[in-house]
Formats: sequence, structure tokens, C-alpha cells
Amino acid sequence: MKIVSAIIKPFKLDDVRQALSEVGVSGITVSEVKGFGRQKGHTELYRGAEYVVDFLPKMKLEVAVAADKLDSVLDAITESAKTGKIGDGKIFVTDLEQVIRIRTGETGVDAL
Amino acid sequence: MLLKKLNRAMAGVFALALAAPSVALAEDKLSSGDTAWMLAATVLVLFMTIPGLSLFYAGMVRAKNGLSVMMQCFAITAMMTILWAIAGYSIAFGGEGEYWGGLSKLFLAGVGVDSLSGTIPETVFMVFQMTFAIITPALIVGAFAERMKFSAMLVFMAIWLLVVYAPIAHWVWGDGGWLGGKGILDFAGGTVVHINAGIAGLVAALVMGRRKGYPGTPMMPHNLMFTVVGAGMLWVGWFGFNAGSELAADGVAGMAMAVTQIATAAAALTWMFAEWIAHGKPSVLGIASGAVAGLVAITPASGAVGPMGAIAVGAASGLGCFIAAVKLKKMFGYDDSLDAFGVHGVGGIIGALLTGVFCAPSLGGAGFGDGISSIAGQVSVQALGIGATLVYTGVVTFIILKVLDLVMGLRVTEEQESEGLDLALHDERAYIL
Repeated sequence: MKIVSAIIKPFKLDDVRQALSEVGVSGITVSEVKGFGRQKGHTELYRGAEYVVDFLPKMKLEVAVAADKLDSVLDAITESAKTGKIGDGKIFVTDLEQVIRIRTGETGVDAL
Repeated sequence: MLLKKLNRAMAGVFALALAAPSVALAEDKLSSGDTAWMLAATVLVLFMTIPGLSLFYAGMVRAKNGLSVMMQCFAITAMMTILWAIAGYSIAFGGEGEYWGGLSKLFLAGVGVDSLSGTIPETVFMVFQMTFAIITPALIVGAFAERMKFSAMLVFMAIWLLVVYAPIAHWVWGDGGWLGGKGILDFAGGTVVHINAGIAGLVAALVMGRRKGYPGTPMMPHNLMFTVVGAGMLWVGWFGFNAGSELAADGVAGMAMAVTQIATAAAALTWMFAEWIAHGKPSVLGIASGAVAGLVAITPASGAVGPMGAIAVGAASGLGCFIAAVKLKKMFGYDDSLDAFGVHGVGGIIGALLTGVFCAPSLGGAGFGDGISSIAGQVSVQALGIGATLVYTGVVTFIILKVLDLVMGLRVTEEQESEGLDLALHDERAYIL
């Protein structure tokens, strides 16, 4: 099992959600985050005082997937989140040791 | 032929003599029209402080300091009310001295239900003036926002009202006041309110020093929605401020309303376009600030200039205050946090000087002050008023602040400043989201 964490542009959230449900992913967790990579920040101006804002709003998605679904999930996210411009984001894949469904107590792949 | 003319002249004089007593009596009679308007005007000016100015300022500070601004304005409102009633009114309007009104109306002695001030109850006049005594100190808050101790602020404001504001109000508006006697034109408080608060603010900003991290650390307005809402409230309330300063519901009040609206609009547009040209985009903080700059400048001029003069006054202030707030402040490096001096001080000076120009009948104005007959003459009296206020307010404010700094300290600690005044001084948060 793996955890797929994706940092994407906020306005792409709906597209990614749709793409994920098309490959059979039924649950995701989303958080609002700030960050930057190669994308430059923007400048704000208040009565002549200029501020460079480095941290840009992004969305972070986390999905737990079974190993056999990993590739289709990665493709789905990559295709739907891409705009071709700097700042599209990154996907991180990490090992997932254990999963438990709280309501029923199911574990492992049955809990995904 | 000559006899007939003499006879007619005599008849005229006789008729005037008969009419004169009834004219004198009419001036002392209560006018319900004037009173109704002044009751409303008073409410409008109070609205300018709570919540107009409060929101305007609060929106411009960081979220962790939002409540502290509201608290300062609200507390000033309450405290100035009591101090004005007890002593401020008397010092400003209690008598006929050259430099102050004396103590004969201490504790509002002699001000009863039926007392009159012109055609309105004296109680209404007193409260109307009280709202001015409230907003002037509240304006200074903009200069020392985000770093002053609440206790020190209360003491400072209490002293400042009685020793700076009330005497200057008397100089300009009180019976026998020396600036009024020289023919100064300050209809609603260009010197008394705006230059006064602006200079005091600049002095406070310099004495207290810059905020921690200024100017490198970003200190962005946390809620410009509040600021624009506040600016709108100021614009609307200002009709009480300017048109109400006529103390009557008449043509002069009507013209004051007209020139106020026109000057404010001209200033808002001027700042907006100036910023658009200088920085490439117009901003909402800019247009709102421009409007306030226009309101400030038209304040002394509202009883003397005509509509076209108002356009000039507004445009000049919109541009002048834009330069002061945006360029001058950066150049000199002082931390007048919310531009109390940049907008109120500079706008007040521009307005006071241009009042001397556009009051001229040849430029559509209502005429010069008593004893003055030229633009040069009027402008020099205006300059005298500006200079006197600058010196008196500057020096006395400096002394009060320095003494208070020794006795109780003016600034919060660095830790409190970082934590934010809302939590540090009031144990409260504005936003629990």
C-alpha cells in the first residue's frame, strides 16, 4: 500500500477529484497549504509599500492506494493537474504500513 | 428734490430702527429646523468615529492588532465625552479670552435645557462639538498603531484634549479667539482637527519610534473590506461634520454639502489615477485614501469655496496626500503607520491654504474673512493658523509624550508587540475562525 501526496494548483482540485473517481478512488483528504518551488511569488502594494509574497496557496491531496492501483492513480493526477506552466506541483509516493477502518475495524487493503 | 430724498432716507432709517429689535430677537429664538438638522449632524459625526474611523484603521493593521484599534477608538469616544462635558467645553467655548474660554462652564455650569447657542439648544452645540473633540484624538491613533500601551494612550489623550485640542478650538472658533479674530477661515476644523491631529501623530510616531521590523517586514492590511466600509462611513458622516458646522439648516449648509461631495470625489479620482500612473494599477486602498484626503482638505474650505473651487481643492489634496503617504514617508523613513500625518496633516495644510485662495468671490467663493480683502491677505492668515498649530501642537505633544514615557512608558514590550496587542493587552482575539 502507498500514500500518494500531491501538491497541486488550487483551481485544479475539481478536475483531479473527477479523474481520481474515474479510476476507482473513493476517498481523499485535502488540505490548504502554502508553498513555492520554481514559481515566483507575486507583489502586493499598499500605499506605496511593496511586499513580495513568496508563499503561494496550493492544495495538498492525500490518497491511500493499493499497490496495484498506484500507476493509474499517478497518471490520473498528473494528467488532470497539469497546465504546462511553472507551479503545477509535485506528487510524492511513500510506503503505507497499516490502514484501519475505524467503524468496522477492517485492516489492510480491505480498509482502503 | 433734496428734501424728498432726505425724507425717504429718514423713513428708511426709521423703518430699520423699528425692525432691528425684532431681528435681534429672531437670532436668539430656537429654530426647530436648525435644531433638527444639528441633532442629526451630531449623530453623523459620532458615526464617523464609531465605527467609521475605527473600521478604516482596523482594516489597515495586522489581524493580531485589529481589536486594539477598535478599543482605542471606543475608549477615546467614552473618555473624551466625559472630559469634554466636565472641562473641555468650557476651555473651548466657555468665555471670551484670546487663548482659551476659561472655566466658567466647568461641569457644564449654566448649560440647561433651555440654554441657547444661536438658534439651537446649547446642549446640542455642546454635544456636536464633543463629537469633534472625540474624532480628533482618535485620528492620532493612526500614527502609533500596533505599538502603544493602552494605559499610556488613555493618559496621553486625556491631557491632550484639555491642553492642546480645546485651546486650539477656542483660538479658531471661540468668542474672542485670536485666530478667529484675525479672520482665519476654518469652517469645520482644517487646523483644529486635521492639522492638529496630523502633527500630533507625526510627533508621536517619531517619539515612539518605528514598529519592530519596519520597514522590511511585511505589515499588510489584514482586512481592506473593513477599510473601504470605514471610508464610506467617513464620507457619509462627514456631511454632519462640514454641513453641520454651519450650525443651521440653510443655504450655507447646502453649499457645504455640495462642495464636500465634489471635493471628495475629485480627490478619490486623483489618487486613483495618480497611483494607476505611478504603479500601473489602481487600488482600493488608494481610492479610499484619496476620498479621505479630499474630505480632510475640504473641511476648512466647506463654508467658503464654491463647487468649482472644490474640484481644485480635492484634486490638489488627492495628489498631495498621495505623494506624502506613498513617497515622502518612504523617503524620510518615519513610521506613521496609518498616515495620520500624510493624509490629515498634509491634507489639512493643503486645504487650509487653498481655502485662502478659493474663498475669493472672483473664484466662486463666499468671500474673505473679517478684515481681509485679498487672496494674499487671506492665505497669510491661513498660513499663520497653520504655523501656530504646528508649533503649539508639535511642542506640547512632544512634552506630554516625553513626560509620560518617563513616568509610565509609552511602548509595549517587544514580546507584546510580536504577540499582538489584542492578546497582549486585552486577552482577546478578533477572529476565532
